[in-house]
Amino acid sequence: MSLLEVVDVDVLYGNVRAIQGVSLCVEAGQIVTLIGANGAGKSTTLNAISGVLPISRGAIRFKGQLISGLASHGIVRLGISQVPEGRRIFGKLTVSENISLGSFVRNDWHEIQQDRERVLELFPRLRERLRQTAGTLSGGEQQMLAMARALVARPALILLDEPSMGLAPMLVEQVFEIIKEINRQGVTILLVEQNAFAALEIADQAYVLASGAISLTGSGAELLRHEQVISAYLGEG
Amino acid sequence: MRKDFAWFVRRGLLLCAILIVCAGIIGTVRADRYSTEQWFDLVAFGLTLGGVYALIALGYSMVYGVLRLINFAHGDTMTVGVFIAYFVARGLEHTKLFETSPAVAVAIILIVGAVVSALVALLVERFAYRPVRASGGFAPLITSIGMSFLLQQTCRGMFGSGVKAYPDPGWLQGSMRIGTFSVPNVEVMVLCAAALVMAGLYLVVNGTRMGTAMRATAEDPRAAVLMGIDINKVIAFTFLLGGLTAGVGGVLYALIYKQVYFMMGFLPGIKAFGAAVLGGIGSIPGAMAGGIILGLAEGIGPTLILDGLGIPAPYQLRDLFAFALLITVLICRPQGLFGEAPARRA
Ligand SMILES: Nc1ncnc2c1ncn2[C@@H]1O[C@H](COP(=O)(O)OP(=O)(O)OP(=O)(O)O)[C@@H](O)[C@H]1O
Ligand SMILES: [Mg+2]
Repeated sequence: MSLLEVVDVDVLYGNVRAIQGVSLCVEAGQIVTLIGANGAGKSTTLNAISGVLPISRGAIRFKGQLISGLASHGIVRLGISQVPEGRRIFGKLTVSENISLGSFVRNDWHEIQQDRERVLELFPRLRERLRQTAGTLSGGEQQMLAMARALVARPALILLDEPSMGLAPMLVEQVFEIIKEINRQGVTILLVEQNAFAALEIADQAYVLASGAISLTGSGAELLRHEQVISAYLGEG
Repeated sequence: MRKDFAWFVRRGLLLCAILIVCAGIIGTVRADRYSTEQWFDLVAFGLTLGGVYALIALGYSMVYGVLRLINFAHGDTMTVGVFIAYFVARGLEHTKLFETSPAVAVAIILIVGAVVSALVALLVERFAYRPVRASGGFAPLITSIGMSFLLQQTCRGMFGSGVKAYPDPGWLQGSMRIGTFSVPNVEVMVLCAAALVMAGLYLVVNGTRMGTAMRATAEDPRAAVLMGIDINKVIAFTFLLGGLTAGVGGVLYALIYKQVYFMMGFLPGIKAFGAAVLGGIGSIPGAMAGGIILGLAEGIGPTLILDGLGIPAPYQLRDLFAFALLITVLICRPQGLFGEAPARRA
């Protein structure tokens, strides 16, 4: 049984079908990536999994349990956290408050403190800025905060929506290192990326989304060599 | 900043306002008709009113922050609490509690007012606002106006349309000496109660999980959902806090003016809403500051400014004065004193 199964899912915005017949599987412990052009429906897929958007057809199962139709806060409780596109940190709240909100669904105070420590070890820059309002952080620091916030929920699966967006190349590399580290610590990852090359390099499994439908699938290594992928997404870079 | 027509209007208005204020103040100072003690009285009364406005304004601001809804029924939610507290107060009069331990008696009616208003606020949210929330557009706004009338008329039907005198325990009639000044006990009590409630609210909003969730939801509801926050709970919590503070504010208002009637929520409600907008709607410190400023302006303004302009019986014009101040501030600073400048549209 896969950790996450998305089966034949459609999502509509009004009458417009943003994704159709999307199916994908994420096995526990893997890094799975979903790549595709702008507007292909990547964020829509993640939001459907998170329960932010209703699906009009198909089913989504997590640990064998049907989750499509549940309220989003219930889905977070089950162990799926999303780091949304554009980070969406709470700019008026302090860094510390942002991290605390990440563990909103948990009640095990003692272990929350431990997880908080662990996360701050992973992102030492945040520790120096705990009292600062999050809006004053740099773009890179905000991305770290968004990831830290999702991690303290202690999710089984984390959905990352374009974590490298708008970051300088050096920071991008750092973000991908951290993603690998998080995965090593036992968190399964579903990664949406524009930066197809970097994403495929670290992915166990990959899906290509084109105009709302899955057009290709394979291991990260396979897709890195696939000519369609090379011409469409990898280009010269 | 581009100097368009509106810019000149704003500047012109500001200049006129400043001129009128200066002329008034100079006139008043030269006439020198009021003693220091009288000024002190006006300031104390203004602060007292301001405390009450601030308490009521908080509910408007918090609900707006989380839901982007102007809850027109807020003032009437408060009225219901004040009525129930009134009956409890009448009951307490038989027990002599007002004589033996007046502070306890006043605390009891304040708590009753707060709890009842909070319950009404929760019911209104659950059964009137929540069903129309998803439909968007003007539905929630119209619903809130409808709820306002419904609550008003229910009060009228149940408690009559006459004005009832609020109990006026002897303890509140006296006054207290501070140095050479004397302050009525009511004002001391109102200020202390308002300060306590606002401090409590501050602690809840800034120091608890639900409070933090509320601020997060106000900033970005979609991101808040992704934290596993149940938005419905946060909204109910916001109405609960708004109801509690408004209930206290309403009972204090009734203790100042010593009366209740079914429309009593209207004027303080509209002024508190003005105070919330003045402070920057959505901002909690803004609502507090806006309330205090409006109360002070209402308390001192007419005497300080209108009297100096030779306007007779200026004190009767205090409502006019309060709203004129509000409009002037909003023309010059549309987002309110503590509000953020609205995002510029392309
Ligand atoms: N709220 C919305 N209302 C209507 N259409 C929408 C909405 N959000 C997205 N869409 C449309 O749905 C399609 C998929 O959008 P989505 O945001 O999922 O793309 P994406 O793959 O994440 O793109 P990007 O790489 O730019 O983030 C697009 O055609 C978009 O225009
Ligand atoms: Mg996207």
